[in-house]
Amino acid sequence: MEAVFLAFVLMLSIFLGFELISKVPATLHTPLMSGANAISGITLVGAITSAGVGSNEMATILGSLAVAFATINVVGGYMVTNRMLSMFKKKDTSDSAGGAS
Amino acid sequence: MSLELINLWYIVAAALFIFGLKQLGSPATAVRGNLLSSVGMFIAVVVTLFSREIIEFQWIAASAAVGAVIGAFAAQRIAMTSMPEMVALFNGSGGVASLLVGWAALYTGTVAPQEIAGVAVEVPMAGVSTFTVVTILLSILIGGITFSGSLIAWGKLSEIMTSRAIVFGAQRLVNALILIALVVCGVMFTLEPSLSSPYLYAVIGLALVFGVMAVIPIGGADMPVVISLLNSYSGLAACAAGFAINNNILIVAGSLVGAAGIILTNIMCKAMNRSLANVLFSGFGAVKTATKVEGEVKPINTEDAFLILEAASSVTFVPGYGMAVAQAQHVVRELGELLEDNGADVTYAIHPVAGRMPGHMNVLLAEANVPYDQLVEMEEINPRIDNIDVAVVIGANDVVNPAAREDENSPIYGMPIINVDSARTVFVLKRSMASGFSGVDNPLFFGENTRMLFGDAKESISSVIAEFKG
Repeated sequence: MEAVFLAFVLMLSIFLGFELISKVPATLHTPLMSGANAISGITLVGAITSAGVGSNEMATILGSLAVAFATINVVGGYMVTNRMLSMFKKKDTSDSAGGAS
Repeated sequence: MSLELINLWYIVAAALFIFGLKQLGSPATAVRGNLLSSVGMFIAVVVTLFSREIIEFQWIAASAAVGAVIGAFAAQRIAMTSMPEMVALFNGSGGVASLLVGWAALYTGTVAPQEIAGVAVEVPMAGVSTFTVVTILLSILIGGITFSGSLIAWGKLSEIMTSRAIVFGAQRLVNALILIALVVCGVMFTLEPSLSSPYLYAVIGLALVFGVMAVIPIGGADMPVVISLLNSYSGLAACAAGFAINNNILIVAGSLVGAAGIILTNIMCKAMNRSLANVLFSGFGAVKTATKVEGEVKPINTEDAFLILEAASSVTFVPGYGMAVAQAQHVVRELGELLEDNGADVTYAIHPVAGRMPGHMNVLLAEANVPYDQLVEMEEINPRIDNIDVAVVIGANDVVNPAAREDENSPIYGMPIINVDSARTVFVLKRSMASGFSGVDNPLFFGENTRMLFGDAKESISSVIAEFKG
């Protein structure tokens, strides 16, 4: 029954995903992708469980490695998305600051 | 915290992800959306740490610290021109994380004490259902393909390896054999799941090899499709890992990412008028050769270009990846501002596959302080391009190539393009007369209303700016 329930969640969230993402304008597709990178770092939650249960050494090692990789996604993904999105400005905002980085 | 409470918090996190993505619908709210999404992630991670199951924290803390430092460093230092490479690497790290979580799930799976020869021993895996084993294999498989595929995509994008399609004779046969071997090993492992099973390692190895094989035959010009697809895979891998460890937040978040990647892949394919299968399985331009176009190229110097631009009342810039290579986006914006002060209506027309990933040009122009309301899409500019006085093509080739409309023999025939040839005057900024990425001849260069401005794009535009100021 658990599997059926999870499949149900999967089906609904895929439909929701399509609805949501198709409304994102082309201008924001790169931040959308890096933001999606960050969200896919949700594996971190699973990784923490594997690394922290402490029942098995191998699980701790694999889990800890997964924690490191998933954290790269989460931290890097959100930060770079924020950096990009902050660059999108409407007209009439001061542009004397310069955009070089 | 009890499992029920944790799951309640996961619902909050999922809602925040959804609101976050919804607010990405407009540049005005997008920053807040990203923040909401990150709050959702924070909640999900924190409640997981409070879970009763978690008894060891030192390894988690150490690994998370390492990951956070790498992630933060990369996010701050990366140049916007290199975003595609960075996203490729992030896709890869998402993939490998799912692979590892799936693998670890084999060890943390229900441990059922069994009596073997009168002695009670703990046999891992004994209580793991076939369904769980299959989902574990899926997360290893998708995660592995995403990981090695992304590394190859990164290698191609950063030009560490050739960006051309690597094709060899028996490629399809080899791929078919790998696929068959994957299925066989997967089935064998499912029938007799054991931690020391050689089939497990075979699946991991084959998944990695398959990821490499899947990406090497894809040419540089098709990279936007591949990154989008791998982005989708990294989500699906998280989804599969969610099934493997019975965690619904992984499934929700993973499938949101999966859907995002699939939508972007679809947009990219449509923008190139090719099916996904065609992108994935055929080297580009191998079959057709475009009709050679002959004609006279009409060069123009910066002085004359200035005179035409000064008289123009509407100007649209059409950037391509070449603009990023020449680092010309800042001078382009400066010229755009001067033209606006001069009374012209200035827009930037961006083709969906301009640049090396979806939306890449928009980010580069935003970085150069071009207001986002001046960035227009292909569908928006084409109906009114007849009324544009000057279209300035900078570092773009295929996306403005009229052969896509007219020449049935062209490999890009049928691809929707920005019809700059219909504008009153077209300036093409080009280093020299070489053909573009896909090696097709571009009749635009010989057009009646086309003027070629040869030289480095940045220098050419700078001299036009100097004329304006002088």
